[in-house]
Amino acid sequence: MTDARPFLKKEPTGPFKYSASPGFDEIHILWISEGMSCDGDSVSVTNGSSSGSIEDVVLGLVPQTPERVHLHNKVLSPTLGGGEFLRPYFQAVNDELDAPFILVIEGSIPNEKINGDGYWSSMGNDPVTGEPLPINWWIDHLAPRAWAVVAAGTCATYGGIHAMAGNPTGCMGLADYLGWDFRSAGGLPIVNVPGCPVQPDNMMETLVWALQQAAGNAPVIPLDEALRPTWLFGKTVHEGCNRAGYYEQGDFAMDYNSPKCQVRIGCWGPVVNCNVTKRGWQDGTGGCPNVGGICIACTMPGFPDKVMPFMDEPSGGSLSSKMITPYGRFIRRARSITNHSLNREPKWHHNRPVLTTGYDPRWGQRGQNK
Amino acid sequence: MATVERIEPKGERGNIVARSWDPVTRIVGNLGIYTKIDFDAREVVECKSTSSIFRGYSVFMKGKDPRDAGFITSRICGICGDNHTTCSVYAQNMAYGIDMTHVAEWIFNLGEAAEYMFDHTIFQDNMVFVDFCEQMVKETNPSVLERANDTEAPHGDQHGYRTIGDIMRAFNPFTGDMYLAALEISRTTREMFCLMEGRHVHPSTLYPGGTGTMPTSQVFTDYTARLMGILDFIKKGVMMNDDVFDFFYEALPGYEQVGLRRTQLGCWGAFQDPDACNYRYEDMESWGNKMFTTPGIVVDDKLVTTSLVDINLGMRVMLGSSYYEDWQNEETFVSRDPLGNPVDQRHPWNVTTLPKPQKRNLEGGNYSWVMSPRFITPDTQEKLALETGGGPLARLWTTALAGRVDTGYVRSTGHSVEINLPRSKGMPETTFEWRPPQWTNALERNRARPYYVAYAAAQAFYFLEQALNEVRQGHVRTFNNFDVPDEAIGCGFHEAVRGVLSHHLVIRDRKIANYQPWPPTCWNASPRDSDGMPGPYEDAIEGMPIFEENGPDDFRGVDIMRAVRSFDPCLPCGVHMYLGKGRTLERVHSPMFGNQHG
Repeated sequence: MTDARPFLKKEPTGPFKYSASPGFDEIHILWISEGMSCDGDSVSVTNGSSSGSIEDVVLGLVPQTPERVHLHNKVLSPTLGGGEFLRPYFQAVNDELDAPFILVIEGSIPNEKINGDGYWSSMGNDPVTGEPLPINWWIDHLAPRAWAVVAAGTCATYGGIHAMAGNPTGCMGLADYLGWDFRSAGGLPIVNVPGCPVQPDNMMETLVWALQQAAGNAPVIPLDEALRPTWLFGKTVHEGCNRAGYYEQGDFAMDYNSPKCQVRIGCWGPVVNCNVTKRGWQDGTGGCPNVGGICIACTMPGFPDKVMPFMDEPSGGSLSSKMITPYGRFIRRARSITNHSLNREPKWHHNRPVLTTGYDPRWGQRGQNK
Repeated sequence: MATVERIEPKGERGNIVARSWDPVTRIVGNLGIYTKIDFDAREVVECKSTSSIFRGYSVFMKGKDPRDAGFITSRICGICGDNHTTCSVYAQNMAYGIDMTHVAEWIFNLGEAAEYMFDHTIFQDNMVFVDFCEQMVKETNPSVLERANDTEAPHGDQHGYRTIGDIMRAFNPFTGDMYLAALEISRTTREMFCLMEGRHVHPSTLYPGGTGTMPTSQVFTDYTARLMGILDFIKKGVMMNDDVFDFFYEALPGYEQVGLRRTQLGCWGAFQDPDACNYRYEDMESWGNKMFTTPGIVVDDKLVTTSLVDINLGMRVMLGSSYYEDWQNEETFVSRDPLGNPVDQRHPWNVTTLPKPQKRNLEGGNYSWVMSPRFITPDTQEKLALETGGGPLARLWTTALAGRVDTGYVRSTGHSVEINLPRSKGMPETTFEWRPPQWTNALERNRARPYYVAYAAAQAFYFLEQALNEVRQGHVRTFNNFDVPDEAIGCGFHEAVRGVLSHHLVIRDRKIANYQPWPPTCWNASPRDSDGMPGPYEDAIEGMPIFEENGPDDFRGVDIMRAVRSFDPCLPCGVHMYLGKGRTLERVHSPMFGNQHG
């Protein structure tokens, strides 16, 4: 917690403590996209459809979520902006919000310890002093008061593109900033939903789970050591890819004209935790290597530096693809023989005046088939 | 209720109050609008626009592999990132000396057409129109709502909403049926987008030299089915928008002055014609003129040029009231273009980004991280604070006057644009004609948007026919290979959803020596330049009358926000290339009331 600002009406009494699955019937979602972001994750949640759309959540149409869910998000806010938009955020800082809240952070978190009295990114102004309120100030005040904290997108989870080598802001992910052992007022760790941007249904599904948990209708979200929901990020891109069959047969795309496996032309799918090849992008359409786009590992903590230049063969890709090539060639040959056979109908499909199907209505009764 | 800052009367002015909206909602990015309003004269006397996020793309891209540029620059923007990738591919193609196959160009065009349909729809119906919905009009102009409820909608028999008030109710956020339908349409259009470019909003399948999208009959079939499914909505959208905006002119005489500026519009062209486009700079004027949305500059209702070479050479970046050091004495990366024309030190190719963090000073000092791009006209050498009209207004206007586009589905007449949409489930074959309006103002920027959705849909039918024709002839190569040269320059011109987008690239030792993306919001949100010329937002709002019925004490500022949002602000673009730190001690207050929305 950093300095309290003059507008704070009283020393905040919070943070209140809650249980992990408390049974709220009303909750706010305070979404802040003023990290160093492109707002692409906010835009992404407007396309979630198969896992509960954002309007269904707001309208209370998703089963087992709290009765009243109030979404506060700059991109979708019906307000005209300024103080009108910021009011619930200020109320939350003052412990005056009428219900608990989930804090969603979008964008990389700048390092404010390296820039003197300046700031890298702000949201609104202090109503009394008129000074911009840096994003870090909001996080300092809101994260400990939030029942749960969710980081949306690779910028907020692990730093992402703006944390690339040579960057001037020293920016990082939310867990780097708050500490990987951070616990919210509900006693919960940060929930990381990486992706650049987040896959829309992954984000909405996680949010819906959190809401069902808030309503007391779901257990705690299971997370891996990178704080990702396990059921979304437990498998690799390659394991779900419809081009992986080409890999098995040692049959690789050598440029982007090919429908075959792209590991030799920049795809990092075999070592990247992401479900995009299973889930597609928009309600099942699109994706990455499954539709001809190399996986650039955009969900990963090591993104982007460890995979640049994007269009070169990944390190290790050359070895593994060479090793599988002799096996793959043999298998491809063997399969082509079987495939040839399968492409022929059985020989008794004909129009000659004779039945050659082996028809035998009393099969097994004359001891012939013993 | 917020406190307001009373300002000492100057001259004859009285009751001048500072008002700010920071952050502005229902846009992408961090925008603050700071105004001074004369409530006696009901007029905005001053406006400044500023932003507060710094990421530093141009800085951290230096020294990187130029082939990475399309992947990286997409991350500049979370709603039209693909426009950046596309523009970067165009610039890289020029630098690498390659072109793209026909079917690859059609796939790019279909992807971008879907992006226009998606983005214009979600922005217009889920963001802009909240300012025109029943709930907002009730809170700001109750008498206008009463009148709307009594006014028959001229196209009511076609779109099904009997009165203007019914249309306004249909756009109430999260409850109105057009608001909800638009969210659904924005999903269908994103599916169309993903069929072509893999992922929204950072595409996975676009590469310099082409695309990895497989040009199967199936992807085009899937696209066509979805396009047919949204046509009713698109047709109704044009009519409903026309009804509402025409009503505003009637109900609030003088409303044409909201967001009004002298007409000075730029369009950098969209949708390449693969028969013409070879990406050579030397041929750029000719292939630029074959684009399916014509590039050009319109000043005072006249088409000044349609040449991309004129457009390229006329660009100047001024420091303005921004937090940078000058680069006048820095390295000149490009002194002459490939045609031998001199290239100015203030041209994007030669910009060296030198951030100089400092306190924000809205009273005569520097106050923005956005620099001030300006345009020097080729004929009169006049300097213009060029705007994009939010994108569609400039695109339709240049295309209408140039008379160069004729695909059957869209035809430029030399004075208008005809858009022909085929019969759809609930609506007959429909022709819309867009004519240049009398004004460049908020309502006309907004009105152009649904027309351009119709335009993109109509052109998509043409692109689909061409793409399927290629596939059925067996022309399915989508990618041309290349080597990155040791040294090269390139430039790409495209239309981001909200207007002009250019990428300028300098390669040395096969690495990026300079990369300068100049997106639409840099032009529109620019602050006062070095000569004191205000940027387009500022210019559009200053001197604007106020029509809101609320007085100073419960003022919402809906007219001002309508003016700002008509430009389709997208601030991550505006400040993508800048880094640094700022600090402000300005004492400006935000209005703080109205419903708390869930």
